[in-house]
Amino acid sequence: MKHVPELESARGFSPEGRTVRTTEDGTLNEVDENAVEAALALREMSPESSDAEVVAVTLGPATAVDAVRRALQMGADRGVHISDDALTGADYATTARVLAAAVRQLGAADAVITGMAALDGLGAVVPSLLAAELGLPQLTVAHEVTYTGPPDHMVTITRDVAGATETWRAPLPAVISVTDVANSPRLPKMKEILAARTKEVATLTLADLDLPADEVVPRTEVLSVNQRPPREGPELVTDDDGNGGRKLAEYLISEGLI
Amino acid sequence: MTSPVIVYLDGDPLRSGVLEVLTLARGLGDVIALSPAPVGEQTVQTLGHYGVSRVLHVTADDADLTAPAAVGQGVADAAEELRATAVLLTSSFPTKEIAAHVAHRLAAGLLVDVGDLHWHEERLAGTKRAFGGTWDTSCAVTTARGVATVRPHAVAAEPAREPITAEVGAITVGASTPTGLELVDRQAHESSTDERPALAEAAVVVAGGRGTFGDFDPVHELADALGAAVGTTRDCVDEGWLPHDAQVGQTGVTVAPRLYIGAGISGAPHHIGGMSAARTIVAVNIDAEAPLVEMADFAVVGDLATVLTDAAEAIREHRGL
Ligand SMILES: Cc1cc2nc3c(=O)[nH]c(=O)nc-3n(C[C@H](O)[C@H](O)[C@H](O)COP(=O)(O)OP(=O)(O)OC[C@H]3O[C@@H](n4cnc5c(N)ncnc54)[C@H](O)[C@@H]3O)c2cc1C
Repeated sequence: MKHVPELESARGFSPEGRTVRTTEDGTLNEVDENAVEAALALREMSPESSDAEVVAVTLGPATAVDAVRRALQMGADRGVHISDDALTGADYATTARVLAAAVRQLGAADAVITGMAALDGLGAVVPSLLAAELGLPQLTVAHEVTYTGPPDHMVTITRDVAGATETWRAPLPAVISVTDVANSPRLPKMKEILAARTKEVATLTLADLDLPADEVVPRTEVLSVNQRPPREGPELVTDDDGNGGRKLAEYLISEGLI
Repeated sequence: MTSPVIVYLDGDPLRSGVLEVLTLARGLGDVIALSPAPVGEQTVQTLGHYGVSRVLHVTADDADLTAPAAVGQGVADAAEELRATAVLLTSSFPTKEIAAHVAHRLAAGLLVDVGDLHWHEERLAGTKRAFGGTWDTSCAVTTARGVATVRPHAVAAEPAREPITAEVGAITVGASTPTGLELVDRQAHESSTDERPALAEAAVVVAGGRGTFGDFDPVHELADALGAAVGTTRDCVDEGWLPHDAQVGQTGVTVAPRLYIGAGISGAPHHIGGMSAARTIVAVNIDAEAPLVEMADFAVVGDLATVLTDAAEAIREHRGL
């Protein structure tokens, strides 16, 4: 999961081209709540693994631990927060490599579940890169996830992409990414919010993950960041006189849009 | 001879997005098109008009090239063999997944959703809109090879000044489908096969939100008068008024049309993040203070049912229909 600037906040970049992150304006990437929900649901779908652990993992600066805390309140059992100055400016490849190292260190995971995209960068490529790093099949952009249990441990997903509905299937372990319509994330209750305070969050550095610094060199660099001029505000007409539709058509014609 | 640049073809006939990618690719080097399926004669001719020197059908001995991981590996291996310096794709969810696997296999830098491409000190570089279109960022890969996906409508597709005849061939690559992964079913949606253009590639998008109260007839009427695709908000998808892939926004389809018309849409940041790259934005809303109205170039304050229907009629008249 990822800690991202609130959508409603004034989002922007520092002169070095890094996303400005603050505690007040930061939040758990909303569709990652769907990922946590999917993980909890997967455990509930499989009585044989009722003792399975749900571990929330994030990578980011000190404030990012808030994202893990939110997942713990929803019902994740423990958290892992990877934080290392050497990861400043981490790109997609680096992020996936580090997350994969964390998954490996946790031991045989049954499933790695993520949100379909981070709402700050919107790349939507980390789940695929994570699958590649881990050598696992990917079931991505899922709006429906079902699990058949033993002996096959098969997960089937459906997704609507590029004008088609696709159904994909793979045995666990697999990397799964979910959309915001895949489920309704549960709201933590007071009791769980209190219980989450005592849950363990391990803070790991690259050294803890046995990742040498030269394995996490970003493959992209930011050359420049520029704020775009604000839009000027609309040419506004009201339909009081019943001519609004016609004026809209005239505008489109005069702008050469028809 | 300039260095080879690969463009991945995600279908035959060619989608408009691919023609845009080819337009950018010509400026970077000698363009080779790779396709996981055989390519028809007509398409080969079009590719020649867009400056493609070679069209290669990619096949793998050990994999069915449907899974993104397998296609990505195959394209990467071809890029290696052809000594390509860049691999370019359109930007859709499936092509971004393929791009990720290409970049992984090549250990190459990956640029996603860029609006242009150029060489920056011999490295692939491009610009990207960020934070709901309020920022422009420019990024370069730090590796010798680069992989990029190009956002639709960022550039106009233009044939090359001198058409050439593309040479047709095949290339066999190494790729493997992840163990046990299977595409069980694929159903193309009707809306993508009928008259209306596909949402992600459409030059004009008419989107209706909760203000339609589920009646999309006025939205469809204006869309048809304009030859536009129809989009919507997540709330309307949740209501079951339109399918999920009509959802425009951060977790839906990103659109960047020449013209976007949003009717009965408030303009939540989730929605704006998916359409703010539109060149001209028009809003129709009963509320003059809705965020989408405030960011629009032109707005009509009024009931969308009458405004859209009247606009459609005036446009049909103008077109002599
Ligand atoms: C994780 C997450 C992801 C999301 N992703 C997306 C996404 O990708 N895309 C998306 O769109 N949303 C997304 N949302 C939802 C988003 O936050 C908003 O709830 C949604 O965009 C609002 O839809 P709307 O504009 O149709 O409805 P509303 O906000 O209810 O707006 C309706 C508008 O219609 C106007 N109206 C009412 N009657 C009329 C009339 N007769 N004529 C004209 N105007 C009228 C009203 O004035 C109002 O402005 C997401 C939410 C979450 C939590």
